[in-house]
Amino acid sequence: MDKMPKWADVILTPLISLVLAMAISALVILAIGESPMVALTTMIDGALGSSYGWGFTLYYATNFIFTGLAVMVAYHASLFNIGGEGQAAMGGLGVALVLLSLPLPHWALALPAAMIGAALFGAAWALIPAWLQARRGSHIVITTIMFNFIAAAALNYILVNLLRPTGSMDPASARFPDATHLPKLSDMALALGFEWGKNTPVNISFFVAVAACVLVWLLIWRTRLGFEIRAFGKSEPAALYAGINPVRITMIAMLVSGGLAGMMAINNVMGEAERLVLNAVEGAGFIGIAVALMGRNHPLGVFLAALLFGFLYQGGGELALWTTIPRELIIVIQALVILFTGALDNMVRMPLERMFLAMRKRGA
Amino acid sequence: MDLNTVLQILDSAVRLMTPLLLACLAGLYSERAGVFDIGLEGKMLMSAFSAATVAALTGNVWLGLCAGLSGALLLSAIHGIASITFRGNQLISGVAINFLASGLTVLLGQKIFGLGGRTPSLTPGAELEAQVTPFRAWLSGTAGPDTAGWLTGTPRFGEIALPFAESLRGVPLIGPLYAEVISGHSILVYVAFLMVPLTWWVLYRTRFGLRLRAVGENPASVDTAGVSVTRLRFAAVAIAGLLCGLAGAYLATGLSAGFVKEMTAGRGFIALAALIFAKWRPWGALGATFLFGLLEAIANRYPNLDLGIVTVPSMFMNALPYILTVIILAGFVGRAIPPRAGGEPYVKER
Repeated sequence: MDKMPKWADVILTPLISLVLAMAISALVILAIGESPMVALTTMIDGALGSSYGWGFTLYYATNFIFTGLAVMVAYHASLFNIGGEGQAAMGGLGVALVLLSLPLPHWALALPAAMIGAALFGAAWALIPAWLQARRGSHIVITTIMFNFIAAAALNYILVNLLRPTGSMDPASARFPDATHLPKLSDMALALGFEWGKNTPVNISFFVAVAACVLVWLLIWRTRLGFEIRAFGKSEPAALYAGINPVRITMIAMLVSGGLAGMMAINNVMGEAERLVLNAVEGAGFIGIAVALMGRNHPLGVFLAALLFGFLYQGGGELALWTTIPRELIIVIQALVILFTGALDNMVRMPLERMFLAMRKRGA
Repeated sequence: MDLNTVLQILDSAVRLMTPLLLACLAGLYSERAGVFDIGLEGKMLMSAFSAATVAALTGNVWLGLCAGLSGALLLSAIHGIASITFRGNQLISGVAINFLASGLTVLLGQKIFGLGGRTPSLTPGAELEAQVTPFRAWLSGTAGPDTAGWLTGTPRFGEIALPFAESLRGVPLIGPLYAEVISGHSILVYVAFLMVPLTWWVLYRTRFGLRLRAVGENPASVDTAGVSVTRLRFAAVAIAGLLCGLAGAYLATGLSAGFVKEMTAGRGFIALAALIFAKWRPWGALGATFLFGLLEAIANRYPNLDLGIVTVPSMFMNALPYILTVIILAGFVGRAIPPRAGGEPYVKER
């Protein structure tokens, strides 16, 4: 028998955790001598008050959907993939190599090609940690952290020494061909006859991200592989007894995870920058952890949590612009969300469970 | 490359390995007790910030050190409450602590000094005087005029010349080695080196150490013996906090003069790598952190190391600690086996 009803588990606990995280963030804002109300209204105004704000919010959310799904898939196999940052960076390299080397005449051809490149490079970067975990039993968290740093160093080298156009001082690749320019949502709105989100980076990858949510949901809950991943994540001995190969599941879950993280690059590298720059991921890989935790490892939850973090990201930028609160406030909020929804989950859950048990006893 | 260059690189390696060594020993205590700690980075950062802030405000480096230790301890307490009391995921808690430190240091630094997240430089000068003078005036105003004398310290840890360093310099090889590499560091460097035998002694020669190691391997047996698992793990996490505090304070008030945004720059993770390299042993930690410190020193001195046949880019040298750790983890060069109960919250049977 469950200790509490499903709705309380799925909605109430993350909500209470979120409220706690927000309350402490408000205290932090008070502590640095600013008004939490002003901060909140500035953020809502800047992120949701105009189509311009929405354009950026959705752009950031697209990144976070990919990295959140990446963390989520690995988490279902009880693997903690903290290497989303490096995998997304490598995905960027994949996109750049595909777009710079293949003469693709139209974005409709370039997008699938870039997606394959991004997913392959992201998955490749998860391959060695996955293999080490599956075969050698070395902890996936440690190896993926190491691979984040190795990716940063490798990309730095590749951009400075190999991909940088001659004569350029900037450690960045050449611009991608114009034909591969992805349609922005603002262009699509104009084609439909109204103006929306002018000069915002949100592009067609947003719909790819939404489709990825649906596909991941199908994969995890509607396929045999998904069942095996979840069974392995719940109990390794039980999965073993049922004839599920742990090496295979570990490898597949991590490859899918790395591929999803890498796919983020079609949004930030192909859709926005249109060239590969240094540190293009900007921490989105780590935000994926918060998004997956907040979203209770369900694609719908990940989608909503990604929107929330997209809002925080864009709103935080506006805060830095209009008030004296530095942008780093978002990092604090992100830390508190991870802390309360991830590590201090039991602090919220235990009293709730006790409460529901008491209510049930009284009812019986 | 002449002897002088070698000595300079070694000297630089000793300085650079000190924060790594302290953080590595911090991780050693925590992980030996069965609590994973990937929040070393955040604790160091918090300590560096607190130490530099208080040193800049009061002009006294010892007060700064106390603040640094408290800052790191505070984050340790959060880690302990989340991972021991509420049996949360230790890795997630560590990730949260890293972000918390990364955000809070900039937020508070901007609020206190308004310098975009850094503290004033701790080298004597106008910037520092502007901070220290009002504090000294306030102190002599509230606590009496003669109290300002209490704080006539330095805002940074100075270099200590060991005895006979100059007079022995003439002795071939040993003399310059002693004078250049061993002598002339700040006190925290010597504290860090002394921590290695001390940690060995505590872990392998005291009752506390035996219990600490047991709680990381098989907490149920410790519990059966009537010793509190919770208390032992909290003690280990607190020691880890203090050591990270020393590491951070050394970074901000010894190695450099003041705090800058993200100044730990991944050192907490290199320390974690060193811990695996050392196979969770104190003397191994000394060797591993020296190796990683040496790599950093070489990378700093030769951005592009020319080995005749190939030129090694600095990026490769910077990534080498991580690559070496992955190779060690792969088990090709001796297996690194972590404490068995690491990462698992202990649930007492009822």
